[in-house]
Amino acid sequence: MANPLPESAFEQTYYLNMGPQHPSTHGVLRLFLKLDGEYILEADPVVGYGHRGHEKMAESHFYEQFLPNTSRMDYLSGLIYNHGYVAAVEKMAGIAVPPRVEYIRVICAELNRISSHLLWFGTYLLDLGGITPFLYAFDDREHIMDALDRITGSRLTYNYCRFGGVAKDVDPEFARATRDFIKRLRSRFDDYHTLVTKNVIFINRTRGVGVIDRDAALRFGCTGPVLRASGVPYDIRRAEPYSVYPALNFDIPTGAAGDAMDRYMVRLREMEQSLRIIEQALDGLPEGPFKGRAPRKVRPPKGDYYFAVESARGALGYYIVSDGTSYPYRLKVRVPSFGNLQVLTEALPGTLVADTVAILGSVDIVVPEVDR
Amino acid sequence: MWQTAVDILGPDVARLVAGAIGLVALVQINTLFLVWLERKVSAHIQLRLGPMEVGPHGILQTIADGIKLLGKELITPRHVDRKLYVLAPIVVFTGVLSCLVVIPFSKELQVRDLDVGVLLIFAFSTFNVLAILMGGWSANNKYSLLGAIRSVAQNIAYEIPLLLVVLNVMMWTNSLQMSIIVETQSTIWNVFWMPVAAAIYLICATAETNRAPFDIPEAESELVAGFHTEYSGMRFAMFFLAEYSNMFIVTAVATTLFFGGWKSPLWLDFLPVPGVVWFFLKVYALIFVIIWVRWTFPRLRFDQLMNFSWKVMIPVSLAHLVVYAGIIKIIG
Repeated sequence: MANPLPESAFEQTYYLNMGPQHPSTHGVLRLFLKLDGEYILEADPVVGYGHRGHEKMAESHFYEQFLPNTSRMDYLSGLIYNHGYVAAVEKMAGIAVPPRVEYIRVICAELNRISSHLLWFGTYLLDLGGITPFLYAFDDREHIMDALDRITGSRLTYNYCRFGGVAKDVDPEFARATRDFIKRLRSRFDDYHTLVTKNVIFINRTRGVGVIDRDAALRFGCTGPVLRASGVPYDIRRAEPYSVYPALNFDIPTGAAGDAMDRYMVRLREMEQSLRIIEQALDGLPEGPFKGRAPRKVRPPKGDYYFAVESARGALGYYIVSDGTSYPYRLKVRVPSFGNLQVLTEALPGTLVADTVAILGSVDIVVPEVDR
Repeated sequence: MWQTAVDILGPDVARLVAGAIGLVALVQINTLFLVWLERKVSAHIQLRLGPMEVGPHGILQTIADGIKLLGKELITPRHVDRKLYVLAPIVVFTGVLSCLVVIPFSKELQVRDLDVGVLLIFAFSTFNVLAILMGGWSANNKYSLLGAIRSVAQNIAYEIPLLLVVLNVMMWTNSLQMSIIVETQSTIWNVFWMPVAAAIYLICATAETNRAPFDIPEAESELVAGFHTEYSGMRFAMFFLAEYSNMFIVTAVATTLFFGGWKSPLWLDFLPVPGVVWFFLKVYALIFVIIWVRWTFPRLRFDQLMNFSWKVMIPVSLAHLVVYAGIIKIIG
């Protein structure tokens, strides 16, 4: 007897489009999932919805004019992007940087790293259904915003670094506010651990979930907390030291299993290390000018240049090709989130839809950075 | 006026009409209050103030929200199964109203004191699952469907331990009639006899009402809004009303079964406080605990939730039933 139903009626699998409009894809990421019930068979991250052509834009702008673009790629660690870009151009053009500037940049970068990790902590718990820690984290983050607002004039998309300097000097009030914040955040970690880290539901949701082993992390070019959680102690601040990091005392936290819990712990411990760095940098902050001598129009000599810094999400590299004019011939940004996102094609299959959110959240991607 | 109504309709029908009007009013006012309470409690847990603008401390905020929802257009997406889609919010509400019929708010204030009161409540509370399944299936949306599937699985899993612990109370009080169950607790509340049963009941009740940390059918970070993703306006409000009313019902049943119903605590007997006040105090205290839990814990994963029911809750409640059956037999 002929089958009265169409072939499609017997299909056991179906496709689910998660995003680009979905509360948990953090921006405009689209995940194309092949599901069997609630189990994921295949996962395909589709990127490009947030493409703004930053790299192309750089080719028609003076080196100075590209500065505001940098903090708009990864809007959560804009100051680190600022820092990486000016450091790359300074390396190209051979601009000397006064020591006070290096210290200010490191303080700002680490504050930015903490604010990024705090925001991640909050939104990750939000993904897992815990709404309260989100507001606690934002309450703490607000103090960083206020302190940075004081010296940079903005709260999110900073445009603070200049070639050979920074836009505005830090004042004692900033140092006092930062020290208050360090004390405050240190006392808050206990609350975070009681509320979240030791919570049995949280442990069940993250322990053993989304394991990215050492091999996969290296193959996909993961960097930052994702790579360190898999047990590779690779941090640009130590591996290819820049700025004043060699003079500062801090540890590189690593995980062992490479699951979501390890990534969570690595980020929390990184915040503690960043607090240490800021404290040392504030203590060692030398007197001196906050602006070095830089030409009005930067014209780096011909050649290829690469400079990498450690952003909150991993290795951030600027690859700039100069043809000797005041425009870059080509500017390529190596963003950490791209590799960290691609590893999902291997980490997601075999897990549940609920885990998708837990895993996607734990690698901490920023979509405008992936799409640029 | 009451006399006129009784003359025209007869005492039974007049009582039913008055009860129906009273219950609908209770559902609405209770939901308005609970939504406000939840927003305020969550706000203070989260270092915020919550609604402050409409009325003193935002007490009228939910009324404003309700008016907004009433004024919204009822959107029916083109691809839905129209009949089921329209019916689901009505079904969910029917179950809620029927459950409230037998709740004893005080000695006198009870619409119908049926001798199978407990049975009626647990029969009609499953309407909720039916409505969620109808809504989730008819919406023809993958997220809604996933939410509906999860909801049905979850409700079946948690209904079993819930009914098993309620059986303990039935054996102890020898009745299914709500008023008698309250009467038997005049000296000592059931919660002191069977604290484990009360705890299991409250956990299962939280799961039954789809509240966090068991809110996986509408897990917003995974399933957008779960089964009611495609609903808007007053139809969405119906699900909303039902959710909060269900919370009220399960805590009201908990109050009746375990916490002495409308009876005052024995050492406060001398206070001239009417029973209905005690009843609502106890109910809202329990609801406060449920709200508190919601704003503290992250969400469980679906399979962990099911494991928790089948591997922990059901064995424990079964053992509890056997042990208490033995004890009651011995005490006689």
